[in-house]
Amino acid sequence: MAEIVANLGLGFSIALSPYTLMLAILGCFIGTIVGALPGLGPSNGVAIMIPITFTLGLDAVAALVLLTAIYYGAMYGGRISSILLNIPGDEPAMMTCLDGHPMARNGRPGDALVISGVASFVGATLSTIGLMILAPALSRVAYQFGPAEYFALYLLAFCTLGGMASNNQAKAALASCLGIMIAMVGLDPNSGMARLTGGNLHLYDGVDFLVAIVGLFAVSEVFFFIEKHGKQGALNIVVGRVTIPWAEIWSTRWTMARSSVLGFLAGVLPGAGASLGSFLTYMTEKSIAGDKGGFGTGVAKGIAAPEVGNNAAAGGALVPMLTLGVPGSGTTAVLLAVLVTLNITPGPTLFTERPDVVWGLIASLLIANFVLLAMNVPMVKVFVRILRLPPAVLMPGVTMVSFVGIYALTGSYFDLLLVVAFGVLGYVLRKLDVPTVPVILGILLGGKMEKQLRDAMVLSDGDWTYLVSSPIAVGLLLAAFLGFVAPLFLRRFIRKPPVPDHAKPID
Amino acid sequence: MTLRLKALFAGAVIFTAGTASAATECIAPANPGGGWDFTCRQIGKILYDIGQVDQPVQVTNMAGGGGGLAYQSVANERTDDADLIVAASQATATRLAQDAFGGATADQVRFVGAIGADPGVIVVGADSEFQSLNEMLDAMAADPGSVSFAGGSAAGGFDHLKVLQLAQEAGVEDIRAIRYIGVDGGADAITQTVGGFTQGMTGDMSEVVGFIESGDVRVLAVLTEERVPGFEDIPTAREQGYDVVAVNWRGLYVPKDISDERFQEWADKLRAVGESDEWKAAMEANGLAPFLVTGDDFQSFIDGNIADVRTLSQEIGVIQ
Repeated sequence: MAEIVANLGLGFSIALSPYTLMLAILGCFIGTIVGALPGLGPSNGVAIMIPITFTLGLDAVAALVLLTAIYYGAMYGGRISSILLNIPGDEPAMMTCLDGHPMARNGRPGDALVISGVASFVGATLSTIGLMILAPALSRVAYQFGPAEYFALYLLAFCTLGGMASNNQAKAALASCLGIMIAMVGLDPNSGMARLTGGNLHLYDGVDFLVAIVGLFAVSEVFFFIEKHGKQGALNIVVGRVTIPWAEIWSTRWTMARSSVLGFLAGVLPGAGASLGSFLTYMTEKSIAGDKGGFGTGVAKGIAAPEVGNNAAAGGALVPMLTLGVPGSGTTAVLLAVLVTLNITPGPTLFTERPDVVWGLIASLLIANFVLLAMNVPMVKVFVRILRLPPAVLMPGVTMVSFVGIYALTGSYFDLLLVVAFGVLGYVLRKLDVPTVPVILGILLGGKMEKQLRDAMVLSDGDWTYLVSSPIAVGLLLAAFLGFVAPLFLRRFIRKPPVPDHAKPID
Repeated sequence: MTLRLKALFAGAVIFTAGTASAATECIAPANPGGGWDFTCRQIGKILYDIGQVDQPVQVTNMAGGGGGLAYQSVANERTDDADLIVAASQATATRLAQDAFGGATADQVRFVGAIGADPGVIVVGADSEFQSLNEMLDAMAADPGSVSFAGGSAAGGFDHLKVLQLAQEAGVEDIRAIRYIGVDGGADAITQTVGGFTQGMTGDMSEVVGFIESGDVRVLAVLTEERVPGFEDIPTAREQGYDVVAVNWRGLYVPKDISDERFQEWADKLRAVGESDEWKAAMEANGLAPFLVTGDDFQSFIDGNIADVRTLSQEIGVIQ
């Protein structure tokens, strides 16, 4: 413990220099904006800033501080457009739409932003502390997860999907199957053969889930707007004074505690990442609260859980990145590239060889969190003001930014066509009352689940019992089975309350 | 701040990366974070730092088709852009050999040179039963399915081919029975191996450096002609009796129709980067071995390499 305090002292001595501090604040600000813009998420935010860090000639610590501040800032900012526009600013903020937007439509956009801001702070701070104390020990967890265990983990995510749609499980299942189908497009990972690409080279790497998100959420929103001839704004909410709902925040304390732990662990597992973190925490809290918890109608816990989850996962994802050199998410993959370019080799020896880098980074993250809390709670009115823009300005603006974001990321016109195609798909699905979130999860996790299953089969020579050969795998599979079956039985005993109007998709 | 202002701001950030038309552009044919991205950023940075170019090099990430999209674009659309360089590696040559770039062939671009090579390695966990390459390959000769491997490339890719080449040398008859899973990069392959899910890891030296220092893994062989400077205690496969050399070179190609003068200029600039102290430091930190081949010498290296990979791929049935 004394060692940690001494190391942290070293870290703060680096992080508190005016120059580093300025970079952290700058990073937080840019990050929040990048995160709030639909289509631009943490990974492209960081990627866009890389050339700038090189041009400025920043040293390793300074570059890392700037880029991770952007990373954390984007994780905070992602929630803003989820809540205000029902369009996730980035993929981990997807789950925040489910309760955040209904609360905003209930006339409490300020409260939703404050609660989610505090939740982001709690998740990010606890996970940074977790990173500090547990990183060396937790890096061993990755060694316990082979193909069978990962397959069980992803299966768990899909099996709990049934509870996602507030009114129709079959439609949620249909939507996730659609997502898994889209995930199959591209080169088959085990044979290198092209599948479902129609010979089009653009599809060889599959469909980027950012493309799908922007299409399904942002572009379909524009179609709905056009359908209404722009008469009724997507958001005709009168914003009152923004106060801090202390009691409500306090009521979510256990949700925050549980979600921090769960989100952090999801982040630590390489490949699971922030999206799975926010998903698992939301589903866990929803099942704990039960049907009377009102999840999906705009409750505080439903906002707190995914925001704590994805921010905690962001901190957790730094654990395998720093200790093993295995990126836990798209963004950490980009950060890894930066480290390597700066001649720092992440891996088991980084903590002992470059304590200035590691502890300077940790101290900056702690500072960045306080800066972000200040930006995202007292200054929240700045973001609420977006609502006052007439939709005729707002929606085309959102579309333009989305397209620019996608093009900046992939540099391909083909992806822009795909965005439009997904927009049409999203419009049709929402007209049919089919939820779109499971489609994204299918695209995000379906390919990984398939890959793990097939790797397991390669390693075991096609022996299915390999999937239940470890206690971790068996535990996860059991949880998946219960998650799938339990709602079916519970439904008999508990009468479902009627779904309130505002929980339905906006149309 | 209104969303419109934000849009302008984001636009400004994005477009600063694209305004200077005279500046050199380096295409990394993959998303940020991989080897090609590293090549572009490192070479681009040093080119500017040592004054070979007068504006910072702009890196463009053009992911798609395992590098095929960028290759097609350069081979068909930007055939005479003399300010364009593209990151390449052994993976580029392997995919060309296996006709994985949608019908594109190696003569549609000009390969400038390589400035370093990541030596291939065969690695086991520290507590593995295999103490030498011989023990591992003997076990495979007895039962090809008894040893499984994880690597950072897809099945049929270069990491997979390294294992198959060794197995062929060791007299393993049914090399198709060897189990291989391709995971997300070398570090991931190591966690699978240290965790005991696979028995061996096949990859590049740069991917295992940190794990050698921490003592988590043991390198059974490095696939170079000589032992690698800085890692003198790791034996080569050659000295253990298996004549397999496989290095993942890092280099560049340029469009086909640029003038011979400009081509030679790029070859000279690349050589200057390769000989700079900065690059040498970067190589040492990342476990790269010296491998400086430019111009026509490199073109003949590529031609030979592609022919070799094609023959092996046909033998194992990756291609017809």
